[in-house]
Amino acid sequence: MQEAHETTVLKPPVTRVGVVGWARANLFSSVFNSFLTIVTIYFLWKIVPGLIRWALIDSSWTTTGAECQAAGGACWSIVTKNLRFIIFGFFPYDWQWRPLLAMIILFTLLIVSRNRRYWKKWLGYLWLIGLFVMGLLLKGGLFGLPSVESTKWSGLPLTLLLSVFGLTAAYPLGVLLALGRQSRLPAIKSLSVVYIETIRGVPLISLLFMSSVMFPLFLPEGITINNILRAQVAIILFTAAYIAEVVRGGLQAISRGQYEAAESLGLNYYQKMRLIILPQALKIVIPPSVGILISAFKDTSLVVIIGLFDLLKTTQATLSDPRWMGFSVEAYIFIALIYFTGCFSMSSYSRRLERELYRGT
Amino acid sequence: MAQEVKDSPEITTSAKISFWYDPTKRAVIYQVVVLGIVGMVAYYLFSNTLANLERQNIATGFGFFTKEASFEIGESAIPYSAADTYGRALLVGVLNTIKVSFIGIILTVILGTFLGIARLSRNWLVAKLAGIYIEVMQDIPVLLQLVFWYAVFYDTFPSPRQALNPISGVFLCNRGMAFAVPEPHPVYGYMALALVIGCLAVWVLRRWAKKRQEKTGQIFPVVLISLAILLVLPLATWLLGGAPLKMNVPKLVGFNFEGGTTFSPEFAALLLGLVLYTAAFVAEIVRAGIQAISRGQVEAAMSMGLKPGQVLRLVILPQALRVIIPPLTSQMLNLTKNSTLAIAIGFPDFVSVANTTINQTGQAIEGVGMIMVVYLFFSLSTSGFMNWYNKRVALVER
Repeated sequence: MQEAHETTVLKPPVTRVGVVGWARANLFSSVFNSFLTIVTIYFLWKIVPGLIRWALIDSSWTTTGAECQAAGGACWSIVTKNLRFIIFGFFPYDWQWRPLLAMIILFTLLIVSRNRRYWKKWLGYLWLIGLFVMGLLLKGGLFGLPSVESTKWSGLPLTLLLSVFGLTAAYPLGVLLALGRQSRLPAIKSLSVVYIETIRGVPLISLLFMSSVMFPLFLPEGITINNILRAQVAIILFTAAYIAEVVRGGLQAISRGQYEAAESLGLNYYQKMRLIILPQALKIVIPPSVGILISAFKDTSLVVIIGLFDLLKTTQATLSDPRWMGFSVEAYIFIALIYFTGCFSMSSYSRRLERELYRGT
Repeated sequence: MAQEVKDSPEITTSAKISFWYDPTKRAVIYQVVVLGIVGMVAYYLFSNTLANLERQNIATGFGFFTKEASFEIGESAIPYSAADTYGRALLVGVLNTIKVSFIGIILTVILGTFLGIARLSRNWLVAKLAGIYIEVMQDIPVLLQLVFWYAVFYDTFPSPRQALNPISGVFLCNRGMAFAVPEPHPVYGYMALALVIGCLAVWVLRRWAKKRQEKTGQIFPVVLISLAILLVLPLATWLLGGAPLKMNVPKLVGFNFEGGTTFSPEFAALLLGLVLYTAAFVAEIVRAGIQAISRGQVEAAMSMGLKPGQVLRLVILPQALRVIIPPLTSQMLNLTKNSTLAIAIGFPDFVSVANTTINQTGQAIEGVGMIMVVYLFFSLSTSGFMNWYNKRVALVER
């Protein structure tokens, strides 16, 4: 009586797998959830088609302002027609390849630095050379490049300049302040604490005002420094306090044993910090430091208020042109997109790095 | 027990250590050197400043407080005209800053909490939308958002004659947002009084209920009864007072709205921008706070026989708040500090008024100093209050 049992494989019910199953589990799992889904879809249905119509179907891309008015949709022409001014501002038109090249160098360096395998000494030197070349490209005056007044620096290069140089210069200061705050010497500790807490307690704008109206009073007669450098100093002083707090977190995360071991090896304070503590602490704080870079990048937009022509200000200058009046929403969306791309790529990189570092690979 | 380990025995050979290698003397020298350098730099800047002030004939001191300001301020919580003093103008600025920060913080906490919960929703669509919102808002500078909303009010909203009317009683136009408010009536004053009395009654009730529970173990439904007291007392007052219902609805008169309350476009844009931006950060904080509680806590509380409401009130919230409050405080301070960006869209907050004062009097040092002191005061008082509150909810360990 050997009868082969034919086993029939039943498929799971169609309502549990595939699109239907997914929707049931994620959109309609309960009465309340179903209600929520329907309300949300209703609102999306109300908003999204109109938005797409405005932004894509009815929009104009390469027309004049007057033709935009007639078309009725979004007027992206304000961006395409004024792109070079929005990005490069008042930089002499024929020399705008120089800031462009500087930005390409910066982005290349940033992309190379993403890879942790390249985190060696040569990368540091490469950055120093890169920063020097970028500065040279903007400033000129060497190797046959005509000099460009810093008052002409504007647009996206200025925004990047303020944030990248700001962070680079603020980092050593921030590390010093963090060490000062952890110091056992009461005078140094209290100086650092007062500095850090004061700066973190006041808005960046007050420092920018200080740089624009008070710095000239601080300097002896006859010496003036230009606007950009003054704003840069304010940004450095401001960012340093935030870096100090981030680095302090790293210093506190190093176990006491490391400090004690270094001391019992007979290392003095500088050797202990430089060889043992800081290399470990600074590695921990890389992800939050990227966060500071993001904030610095966003905060540079405040220099508008003291009259520097950064990306936001060049856009506003375009908008004050009577031919393009009334299309501010489109122009602002465009620069919001630039800021978003920058910040989003940095923040997602920082999250990835955090996962990698804390996994201990 | 192990014998208490003494600190490394005092080295009694200090006489043999040369002056340079004695850590205590070294420490003193370092500190004297650092203080000396800081002092010298400060003195150098100070003397330069004095010389510059004298050369440019700029007055010093706060004498300008009592002088006539002679500039108008767009909106003000207290009566103000150009004939008033600088002191009063600055007070108007402070009040405007407090107004926008206070309303902003309340709205931000509400919106942020909703978004944080939505981010964790089991509904895929809701969670994804909340996630997109949070990511996008965090990555766009708040100043850009402010000028964007201001432009929306200015460029895209129609004139008052064709004002948008999304909900009855609310009008949106390029002169701002007008909305209906209840007509003033003495009953509202009594209702507020009833609410205060209700709060007192609830406080007394809670103390009594707690004492009784400690003594007898009987639980009194405090929350329900408290809610009832807080709702019923003002409502009863309202009914007794003749239930006034009249609303002051804004009406188009000439070229603008009259009646109701109007938020100027500057104020509306500032509030909208600050709230939408900061709420994204608050949402992340709330999400982290909720995720910080392990499932075991909820299951343990339920298996002890606590009801869902009690689980939330006695187990989840106290633990989540402990994680949420410190970063939430810094977000509230950020909102207050970011409200200084009002100057970019022309809302007369404190910084904007102080800036006008600096430009008119030339007294930059006093002006910037005042700005710093006022915001330091806001920061320190808020963080002081929050630290006190945080200590109350903090975990008491050993």
